[in-house]
Amino acid sequence: MRFNTNELEKVAEGAAFLGTGGGGDPYLGRLVAQSTYRRYGAPEIIDVDALADDANVYIAAMMGAPTVMLEKILGVPELDLAVAALEKYTGKKADAILPAEVGGCNSMLPLALASARGLPVINADGMGRAFPELQMVTFNVLGVNASPMSMANEHGESIIINARNSQETENKARKLIIDMGGSSAISCYPMDGATVKRTAIPGTLSLAHDIGDALAAGRKSGGAVNALIHYLRSTVYYQHAYKLFEGKIAGVESKVSEGFTRGECEIRAFGEQSRSMIIEYQNENLVARVNGKLVAMVPDLICIVDADTGAPITTERLKYGQRVAVIVASVPPIMRSDAALAVFGPRAFGYDVDYVPVEVLAVND
Amino acid sequence: MRLGIDVGGTNTDAVLINGNNIIASTKEATSGDIASGVINAISTVISQAGASAGDLEAVMIGTTQFTNAFVERRCLDEIAVVRICLPASQALQPLEDWPEDLKEKVGLHTYLTAGGYEYDGREIAPLDEGDIALIAADLKRKGIKAVAISSVFAPICSDMEERAAMIIRKEIPDVSITLSSHIGTLGLLERENAAAMNACLLTHANKVVGSFRDALRELNITAPFFMTQNDGTLMNADTVLNFPILTFSSGPTNSMRGAAWLSGVDDALVVDIGGTTCDVGALVKGFPRESAISVDIGGVRTNFRMPDIISVGLGGGSLVDPQHGETVGPQSVGYKLTEQALVFGGNTLTATDIAVAIGQAEVGDTKLVSKLDQTLVSRAMGRITEMAEEAIDRMKTVEGNASVILVGGGSILIGNALQGTDKLLRPEHFAVANAIGAAIAQVGGEVDRVYGYADTPRHEALADAQNLAIEEAVSAGALRETITIVNVEEMPLAYLPNGAVRIRVKAVGDLNANIN
Repeated sequence: MRFNTNELEKVAEGAAFLGTGGGGDPYLGRLVAQSTYRRYGAPEIIDVDALADDANVYIAAMMGAPTVMLEKILGVPELDLAVAALEKYTGKKADAILPAEVGGCNSMLPLALASARGLPVINADGMGRAFPELQMVTFNVLGVNASPMSMANEHGESIIINARNSQETENKARKLIIDMGGSSAISCYPMDGATVKRTAIPGTLSLAHDIGDALAAGRKSGGAVNALIHYLRSTVYYQHAYKLFEGKIAGVESKVSEGFTRGECEIRAFGEQSRSMIIEYQNENLVARVNGKLVAMVPDLICIVDADTGAPITTERLKYGQRVAVIVASVPPIMRSDAALAVFGPRAFGYDVDYVPVEVLAVND
Repeated sequence: MRLGIDVGGTNTDAVLINGNNIIASTKEATSGDIASGVINAISTVISQAGASAGDLEAVMIGTTQFTNAFVERRCLDEIAVVRICLPASQALQPLEDWPEDLKEKVGLHTYLTAGGYEYDGREIAPLDEGDIALIAADLKRKGIKAVAISSVFAPICSDMEERAAMIIRKEIPDVSITLSSHIGTLGLLERENAAAMNACLLTHANKVVGSFRDALRELNITAPFFMTQNDGTLMNADTVLNFPILTFSSGPTNSMRGAAWLSGVDDALVVDIGGTTCDVGALVKGFPRESAISVDIGGVRTNFRMPDIISVGLGGGSLVDPQHGETVGPQSVGYKLTEQALVFGGNTLTATDIAVAIGQAEVGDTKLVSKLDQTLVSRAMGRITEMAEEAIDRMKTVEGNASVILVGGGSILIGNALQGTDKLLRPEHFAVANAIGAAIAQVGGEVDRVYGYADTPRHEALADAQNLAIEEAVSAGALRETITIVNVEEMPLAYLPNGAVRIRVKAVGDLNANIN
């Protein structure tokens, strides 16, 4: 399987949906990938099963402030260096590239690097969505250390971090990001094929494409949001999908603390002024409440989309008056284990509540 | 007396304002050579007012000429784009995301060279002056006379862009150079696009400004002349020669500013209904609220400041479903309204016919619509009202009822009440609101930069940004004592722990008539 240049647009839109408000706008990433494709052609997308157990798999991603990426457009040279630095450190040449985060911009960059290197991209990732921190991936949940990790910049400089666990890797990398100008190409969680099969979430890249495809088809027939829900329900991972709310944005409050955008957005139901939904976010949308009652929570997907076009809206673009639909969906079971919830469940983001799956909350409603 | 002129695609409007009084106004057809239409309009208002050329203190012109030229790919120069960025930002070449037909028009002379800044002002690399000189020599060989220069984080520091411009100018003395830092905000690709768009319009700018000058000279008008920008402020003719792109979208801005002045209301929504569309914008402290998202102009993505406008296909000429009256627009008879609408003896049912049939407007021959089915008429009017109400609701930034100012010839479609509004204002002279917006335009200054609150406390950073904006306004020709800060925005940069915040401040003041 390969995604051609036009299909990349669908992957990018699906990735924006799975970004649940964060993950960075895939627009620039898509341009970078399309530009690389023109030179080197589209890379092969392989399923996890096609991977040899002893294959050497490397992640390629960008870490840092999406705003910086708008100026310092990170591309193949930086990503290539990050992977090369880790290859040198481990002494193993890459056989395949793995996306870490299919939500947002990091869905596109692995495709660009794989194109330039002539390597296959694995149709999988570590979360089936977007999260703000390095340790918030299934690889870590299932015992793989983010270290050794590499960071690389446009100067040809690279740094290797070898920390005792994934959380410590995140802590150290986050401090180095500042010195590197606010963004960096990274590679981390070096794994063999067998470990990828055990810890990655398979099929997420093609899911992103199919979500974009469903939206495009739905738009033609005038029912993008319904088409999206219909498609999500046909998948294994996102099968419990609901349009939980529809209304108009009545307020957005955003502030930055500890390097993240935190805030909340209030949506007032159409024609029913007393019913409102509040969505709280830290880069990505974390919990949704209707009139105070929790209706969806992380790690389940909470996505704000344009009510007419179904186009995903990132947190920095939320504005009063937008007519939106809120779509929530389940995540793969591997994301809902106790060990997983300890890393990216509601408590990991400071909420004093136990995780309740979205389909249970929906039934009780 | 101030003379305001709006040169649109179809009409050239002019108004003469003395203090707070409109003493003359007119609407003339725009001419192919621009100048003769302008001359007609000016002559009309001057003679209406019984004034003479010497009475004019200043002439303000708003125009869509440059927007139209770019969108229609007319009169565009071949350009070069020099990006100061290496070793960063090489993933995408300049102009890479432009439509193919545009690339063909402007050529693909792009260069990447060493330099640029980090978000905190550190250098990515020193500027390679030797390389810039080589680029300049290459440009000279190719005979390119218009150059756009961009640099990474140029809004934080523009020194390298300026230095590079000096070096190129030394090699090619008659070159026109556009710096990205003079035009756009953060977002390298979009800012660079805006600079390149500006660069390819410079010859056309010379021609248009020249024809305005000729028109004024022919009428013996010696008063300084200015043009309006898309934020509702003025620039002098020399600035237009260098920055034609700043006039983009000044039409809707002028009409909103004119609406504020005519009605005396500074915070309101403006509904401007023409023949084909209904544009709704929001006035905040007398200025249009700006769009927060990237805007495509002629297929090119820019982050250029633009008024936040919602356009719906509802105008005086909008076609109405003749069977049931269930749909209105978006198709319109446009400027053929006076031939094709029923009230003018035509065969097409338009929104204007509905407004006349229901008795809220008197246009054309009322009898020609007296036999229309009453259910159809009231259903169509219901749809018209709904469309306007929805557009108004989308533009609100706070809950509750809004004041709405109605302008434009098509505003006769709107009755006496709209849901979600507490005041419907219909100022006099509403048909020439855009020329009035030009006549009353002020002078502004703007700052957009990133501060680290960890190093510079918030109040110091805000004060610094405001001072810089005020100084910008003064150097653009504003009277210092009249300057007020009209907009302050703080945008945190996500994913960074040291409190980096982007601050945008805008200051405006009255034109210092002694300048120029």
